[in-house]
Amino acid sequence: MSIFDKFRGVEQRLAELQAEGGRNPFSVVIERPLSSTVGIIEGRETLLFGTNNYLGLSQSPRAIEAAVKAVKARGVGTTGSRIANGTQSLHEQLEQRIASFFHQKHCMVFSTGYQANLGMISTLAGKGDYLLLDADSHASIYDASRLGHAQVIRFRHNDPDDLHKRLNRIKDEPGAKLVVVEGIYSMTGNVVPMAEMAAVKRETGSTLLVDEAHSFGVLGPNGRGVAEAAGVEDDVDFIVGTFSKSLGTVGGYCVSRHPELELVRLHCRPYMFTASLPPEVIAATMAALDDMEAQPELRTRLMDNAARFHAGLNRLGLTTGKTVSPVVGVVLETIPEAIMLWNTLLSLGLYVNLSLPPATPDHHPLLRCSVMATHTSEQIDRAVEIFGEAMARLPASA
Amino acid sequence: MSETVQDVSALIINKLLANPKVPRDINGSSKIVEDLAFDSLAVMNFVMEIEDELDVSVPLDRLAEIRTIDDLAECIVSLKKGG
Repeated sequence: MSIFDKFRGVEQRLAELQAEGGRNPFSVVIERPLSSTVGIIEGRETLLFGTNNYLGLSQSPRAIEAAVKAVKARGVGTTGSRIANGTQSLHEQLEQRIASFFHQKHCMVFSTGYQANLGMISTLAGKGDYLLLDADSHASIYDASRLGHAQVIRFRHNDPDDLHKRLNRIKDEPGAKLVVVEGIYSMTGNVVPMAEMAAVKRETGSTLLVDEAHSFGVLGPNGRGVAEAAGVEDDVDFIVGTFSKSLGTVGGYCVSRHPELELVRLHCRPYMFTASLPPEVIAATMAALDDMEAQPELRTRLMDNAARFHAGLNRLGLTTGKTVSPVVGVVLETIPEAIMLWNTLLSLGLYVNLSLPPATPDHHPLLRCSVMATHTSEQIDRAVEIFGEAMARLPASA
Repeated sequence: MSETVQDVSALIINKLLANPKVPRDINGSSKIVEDLAFDSLAVMNFVMEIEDELDVSVPLDRLAEIRTIDDLAECIVSLKKGG
C-alpha cells in the first residue's frame, strides 16, 4: 500500500483523457498574452474565451504603471502576515478604497479570493451554528464548510423556497444561521435570484453572505454586483469577492457594515497565517478599480458581447444556460464529445475551459466560456464560427 | 409520524431502485459509495431527495460518517427524534 495509491484513479482518468484528445486539459500553457483577448498557445495566436478577465483589466496601462511605481518604491513583497509585519499603509488604503466603493464601513483584504471565502465562512459560522449553502457552491465555499465547525445544510441551486423550507426545519435551533449564495455561478453563469434570497433572509432572521467573485464589476449600475443590481444591498451582511477577475490582479476581500468585521481579523486563520498581498498587486488593484469606475461603458460592452456570444452559440444548436451573463457554459451530453470538441477548438485557435463532472453541477460536461468587454464583435463572431467548425468535425458517434 | 430505521431503509432502497443504473441486489448493508458507485456529488444529491421525502435535513458533517444505507436510515431517524 503506497501513500500515492489514492491518486491512481485520477492518473488513469487523465491518461484516458489524453488518449481521447491528445492534450492534458489541466496543463494548458499560455506562453504569453499578446493582449487581454489573444495569447500564444502551442506557438499559435489563440482567442482567449476562458480567462475570467471580464473587463480586460489584466492588461490595463494604468494598473501596469501603478505596479511598476509601487515595486520600485517598496520592493516586491511584504514577507509577513497582516497581523504581524505584513500590514503596510497600502493595505489600509486598499481596504478603505474597497469599503468606500461598496458604500460599506469595513473591509478585510485577503491574499486570494479563495482565502476570502475560506476565511470568512469558516470563521463566521462556528460550533452550534448552521451554514446553508447552495448545492452548486464553489469549492472555496465547500472547503470553508469543512474548515469550520458549523452544521452544514445544502439547499437546491438558486431555489429560495427550498432555502426557506430548510431554514424552517431548524428555526427552533439556537445557533446562528449563515446563508451563502454566489452572484454568478462560475460553471453555468446562472445568476442568483437575489431579491428573493434577501426576502428569505429577512423573514427568517438569518445572516446573508454573497460571493460576488464573478459579478463584481459585471452586474449593477455601478458594478457593485448582484446585490446592487437587485436593490438589496442593505439586506446583505457580508460581501466577499476577488480582484482576480474583473480587476485583473489577485487577492480577495470582504466588506460589511458590521463593525465586528474588525474582530474577525483576529479569529480568521486563512487571513492570519499567510503572507499579505505584495505592494505592486495592491497598487495595480487600486488603479484597475479607478479604470473600472472611470469606464462604466466597459460593463455595457461586456453584456453586449455576452448577449452576442450566447445568441451565436444557441444559433448553432448548442445548449447553454438561459440567463445571459459573461460566463457561458456549453452543456454537452458525453465526456468524449466534450474532450474532442475542446481539443478541436484549441487546435483551431479558441481557448475555453473544459469542465468535467463531478466539478459540474449535473453530471454533464461543460465547455465553460467567459466573455470580455475587450473582445471585438469580430472576435466574438470568429469564436462562434470556430465552435461551428469544431462541431462539424466531430465524428457522428461522439 | 415516527418512522423506524427499517421503514426509512426501505424507502431509501425504493428510491435508489428507481435509478436504472443502481444494482438490483442492494440491501440495508450495501455501501453507498463502493457498492452503488456514487461519487460525492451524487451522494449529496441523492440525500437531498430523501430529505424532501422525510422533511429532514442531514448536515454534511453527519453525512461524512455514513457508509451503508442502514447508516443513513439510522442517521435520519435520529435527526427526526431531535438528535
